[in-house]
Amino acid sequence: MATAPTTTRDLGSADCVLDREGLDALVQALRARGRTVVGPTARDGAIVLAELESAAELPYGWGVELEGGHYRVVRREDEAAFAHSAGPQSWKNFLLPERVRQWTADRGPDGEMTVRAERHDPASYAFLGVRPCDLRAIAIQDQVLLGGRHRDDAYGARRTGAFLIAVECVEPGATCFCVSMGTGPAAGPGYDIALTEVLDDAGHRFLARAGTPEGAEVLAGLPQRPADAVTRTAAHEAVEAAAGRMGRTMPSVDLRALLADTLDAERWNDVAARCLTCGNCTMACPTCFCTTTEDVTDLTGDHAERWSRWDSCYDLDFSHLHGGPVRSSGRSRYRQWLTHKLGTWHDQFGSSGCVGCGRCIVWCPVAIDITEEAHALHQEALSKGGPS
Amino acid sequence: MTAVPLPYRVVDTRPETADTVTIRLEPVHETLPSFAPGQFAMVYAFGVGEIPVSVAGILPDGGLLHTIRGVGAVSGALYALRPGATVGMRGPFGTSWDLPLAAGDDLLVVAGGIGLAPLRPLVLAALAAPQAHGRLNVLVGARSPEDLLYRDELDGWARPYRGVAVDRPSAGWKGRVGVVTTLLDEAPFTPAETTAFVCGPEVMIRATARELLHRGVRPDRVLVSLERNMRCATAHCGHCQLGPLLLCRDGPVVGYDRAEPLLAVREL
Ligand code: SF4
Ligand code: SF4
Repeated sequence: MATAPTTTRDLGSADCVLDREGLDALVQALRARGRTVVGPTARDGAIVLAELESAAELPYGWGVELEGGHYRVVRREDEAAFAHSAGPQSWKNFLLPERVRQWTADRGPDGEMTVRAERHDPASYAFLGVRPCDLRAIAIQDQVLLGGRHRDDAYGARRTGAFLIAVECVEPGATCFCVSMGTGPAAGPGYDIALTEVLDDAGHRFLARAGTPEGAEVLAGLPQRPADAVTRTAAHEAVEAAAGRMGRTMPSVDLRALLADTLDAERWNDVAARCLTCGNCTMACPTCFCTTTEDVTDLTGDHAERWSRWDSCYDLDFSHLHGGPVRSSGRSRYRQWLTHKLGTWHDQFGSSGCVGCGRCIVWCPVAIDITEEAHALHQEALSKGGPS
Repeated sequence: MTAVPLPYRVVDTRPETADTVTIRLEPVHETLPSFAPGQFAMVYAFGVGEIPVSVAGILPDGGLLHTIRGVGAVSGALYALRPGATVGMRGPFGTSWDLPLAAGDDLLVVAGGIGLAPLRPLVLAALAAPQAHGRLNVLVGARSPEDLLYRDELDGWARPYRGVAVDRPSAGWKGRVGVVTTLLDEAPFTPAETTAFVCGPEVMIRATARELLHRGVRPDRVLVSLERNMRCATAHCGHCQLGPLLLCRDGPVVGYDRAEPLLAVREL
């Protein structure tokens, strides 16, 4: 059963090796179980997440070239399926869709109001190719939306039904920094099945292990062979090597303390002069969860609906209070985003809000780089004799 | 209770000022869990939207009072409601005025404008249990005498002290003129053994808290009620952040020891 990460455990040494046919069989097995399989596929010049009918739609032979404000898919010399890092979307596009109807209300002739909760029977998803950073991002959104006093039941219904197939990273992007955030490149807890792609003289294959009983059951039904020492070593070494090839790093300090101590930093003016407050970073970020509500009525005026939709702390209306925004300057809005991600998220939800996926760097039109901003704040704090 | 609104019927409306009304609501079918003074409900005006409103009265039959100033789209729609109309209600949400914390202390209730509304049920709770605490002081500030809420109730709240100060007096005004803190000199309380409950505009909260700290009230005994934009009230929408706080969950009532450094940062 694919439930919250806490119920997942590594089911020990029962690893096995799948080849490309095995991966095909995995997709078919999940579809046969009634699941909507979603995974990466090359489309319109990007590697997007979309429903897959077969493993043949995976982006075999495609990689990505990433930099601040820059994304390009590139042909690889090999046929690797998962040699790309974070794309424009994340799994939140499926688990926390951009617009969701929450309830509808009708007003009768006597003025009486009847409210009907929206029924939640979402697709039963299987996500294929969840990067370790994104696996952590899902756990972070779980904590926000399910871990508090009030549960978001619509999210809960989508999430509880989702089967997660993690793929460990052996090809980090130039904007990745999961090592700094402690989220990758090896898969942490929360997956049903974890795969590590190995491509060498001995062939193209996937070292697979189950993290849940359902994962083990699915794996057992696939054409496979027992894991061999060569594949295990190759997989392990590839992930180790990836850890040493991170494109970016965060300053190795207590980021929560750094952000709490630099609310008055000069650097916020510097970044505010560049930031367009477009909100792209919040849309691309796999942990950003903020939403707003919309109340609409039909033409009769007697049928009303409540929708929630993604919102961004960069939007002026976001902090509207008594006739105006609390955070009117760009400086205060960028600061809100960064201090929330790296600092106050700890206070609110018990962890960092950043998993080091690099999406905000790639999809920022002016290449603002969260790691560079954190380093600059750290330098400024040092120069002022603050905590290091 | 918290995700989908329950229908409540407006059974009475009472004008307070030129733009403010107190509405009495009763559940149409199901009743929300009971509210504590300081907590708030999300009140939905059909088809228009939903706003957080603190409870101004908690009635024994499950009914609730809300005092609403009709200044925005939703509050304007709620202000205009007549008896018989139905609203949607979610709640209770947020932290409450911690009256047990104040056991044995002198109580200092300081209100600015419509900030008196969330304090009203606290005052009533304190009046109902006079043995539990020391002296009850109620200090009320308003723009003008015409802007005072609960005018016929205020006189009953002097146990022993009830003061009113207005910024702009009208003809015949015999009370104080000035900001609400000018009343502090008259109020009998022992700062080191006082719990204060403060609600009003943010500038008023800061000025009052500063003055109370100056007089020796402990910062964690100055409880203030804070406000930010709010959409969901269930800690899922991110709107009500004030630094580390989510005010729908960690507030609205917060100790000034936590609030002071946050309110000191511009545009936090
Ligand atoms: S803040 Fe940037 S790097 Fe961190 S999780 Fe969000 S998008 Fe990824
Ligand atoms: S940091 Fe970049 S992506 Fe984010 S709001 Fe500013 S300009 Fe847009």
